[in-house]
Amino acid sequence: MHNRLKPRWLVEMIAVWGYVQRNYFLTKRYFMWEVVWLTFTTVNAMSITFIGAGAAQRPGAEAINIQEYMTFLLIGALIWSYLSMIFDILSETVQWERWEGTIEYTFMSPTSRVTHLLGMGVYAVVYGIIRTAIVLGVAMLAFDLDLSEANYWAALVVLAVCSISLVGFGVVAAVMPLLSPEKGQQVTYIVSALLLLVSGVYYPINVLPEWMQVMAQFSPVTYALEGSRAALLGGVGLSQLWGSIWPLLVMGAVFVPMGLFVFHLGESYAKRTGKLKRSG
Amino acid sequence: MKALELRGVEKSFKKRRGEVVRALDSVSLTVGKGEVVGILGPNGSGKSTLVRVISTLVLPDKGEVEVFGVDATRHPKQVQRSMNRVSVEASFFKKLSAMENLLYGAKLYGVTSAEARPRIKEILDNIGFAQKRATEPMEHLSRGMQQKIALARALLTSPVLMLLDEPTTGLDPRSKKDVQAFIRRIREAHDSSILLCTHDMGEAEELCDRVGIMMDGKILALEESEELKRRYATNGRVPTMEETFMAATGYSVEEASAEGD
Repeated sequence: MHNRLKPRWLVEMIAVWGYVQRNYFLTKRYFMWEVVWLTFTTVNAMSITFIGAGAAQRPGAEAINIQEYMTFLLIGALIWSYLSMIFDILSETVQWERWEGTIEYTFMSPTSRVTHLLGMGVYAVVYGIIRTAIVLGVAMLAFDLDLSEANYWAALVVLAVCSISLVGFGVVAAVMPLLSPEKGQQVTYIVSALLLLVSGVYYPINVLPEWMQVMAQFSPVTYALEGSRAALLGGVGLSQLWGSIWPLLVMGAVFVPMGLFVFHLGESYAKRTGKLKRSG
Repeated sequence: MKALELRGVEKSFKKRRGEVVRALDSVSLTVGKGEVVGILGPNGSGKSTLVRVISTLVLPDKGEVEVFGVDATRHPKQVQRSMNRVSVEASFFKKLSAMENLLYGAKLYGVTSAEARPRIKEILDNIGFAQKRATEPMEHLSRGMQQKIALARALLTSPVLMLLDEPTTGLDPRSKKDVQAFIRRIREAHDSSILLCTHDMGEAEELCDRVGIMMDGKILALEESEELKRRYATNGRVPTMEETFMAATGYSVEEASAEGD
C-alpha cells in the first residue's frame, strides 16, 4: 500500500494515469455537454467547408478546383479543431481545478509538475484524436470529397509531433487561469485567435501581410497544416514531409520546457501572493 | 526530531490600494511525533495561512519550516510525501463521486486503485459512511459527509503529519462528533502528528495535547490546556477555555467564528 516503497518513476506514472482517468471521469459526467460541443464542432466544420462549395457560384469560379478547395477548408477546420482542443483542454482543466479548489491538493501532492501537465496533455491528445475522427467521419458522409490519395499515417505523425509543441503552448496559456480563475481563460482565447489568424488555417499564409507571415513562421500550427494538407491532399509520404516535421520538433523542444518554466514562475508567484486559495 | 518545527515564520500579503496585511508575525512552534497541537484563533487570525505555509502552498517571507527535519521551502516534494491536509472547505470535483475523487487523490500519491479500494472501504466503515453513497456525486452529499470524505482522502495517503484546518466548522452536531471521533482514532491507530486549527474551544481542549492561541498572525501562547487556562487565572480562579480565549484575544466565542477575514 505504501508508496514510499515504490520507485519514483512508478509513483509518477500512477499519477499520470490519475490525471488521465480524472479527466475521463469528468468527460463522462458531462456527456451531454460533450455531445453539444461535438455537434457544434461538426456543424462548424461543415459550414466552413460549404464556403468552398459557395465559391463555385462566384465569378471566375471555373479557375478553382472546387472539390480540392473544399477539402483544403475541411482539413483546416479539422486540424484547427484538434489543435485548439489540446490548447483549450490544458487551460480549461487548470481553470476547473481553481474553481473547485482542488488545485491546492494537486500542488501539495508529491508528484512533479511535469507529471501533472503530462497527464493533462496525454488526455487532451487522446480526446482530441477521438473527437476529430468523429467529425471527419461525419464530414466524409456529408461531402463527396476525394481523399483516395490521402496518406493518413503521415498526417497523423505530423499532428502528433505538432501536439507536443501545442502542449507547451497550452501550458503557458494555463498560467492565466491559474492566476485568475475568473478571467484568465478569456486571455488564452487571444493566443488562440492569434494562432488562427497567422497559421493559414483557412487560407495560404502568403495572402497575409509580410509581418504576419513572419509571425506564422513561429506558429507550430503553420507547419502542422502544411504537412497534413500535403499528406491528405497530395498523398505525400513522411520522407517528403521533413520540411514540416523538423520545425515542429525544434518548436516542441523549445515550447515544452518554456511552458514548464513559465508555469513554474506562475506557480511560484501564486504561492508568494497567496493566489491559490478560493476561500478560507 | 520534531514532526514539525516553525522558527520565526513571517508572511504578509499586499491587498489592493497598497495595504499590507501581516498574516504571520514571527510564528514559532513545534509539534512532536504523535502529538496533537491545537491552534485557537478567530477568523482572520492567520490560522489558514499557517496551514498553507506548512503545506507548501504559500511561501513564507522569512523564517524556517521543517517537517521531520526537512526544510519545507527548499525541499517541498520531500515533505509533501509525509503530510496531508483537511481544510474547512472540502474541495472536490463536485460532479465526480466520492469514490472517483478518492481514487484520484490516492493516485497523486502513487497509490493505485487496486491498493486504494480496500483501504477506502475500511476507512469509510470506520467513519460510518455508507458504502453505497460513495458512488454518488459529491454534490449530492451533505457538508458533513463531504468533510468525512476529505478526512478519508487525507488518510488514504498514510500521512505522518496531518494538518487539519477547521475540519468541523459548519457541521451539524452529529457530523461534528463523528469527525472528532475519527480524528481521535487517527491519532490512536496511526500515531500521526496533528496540527489542528479551530475556533471550537471544546474541540481543542478535548483533542489536543497542547493548545495555542493565535491572534493577528501571532501565537500568543502555546501550552497544555490546563497550563494555558492557569496562565489567565484571576483571583485564584482557573477560567474555562472560552474565558481564557476571551482574555487572550478580546473576542467572544461568537465573534471568533463570525469575524471575517
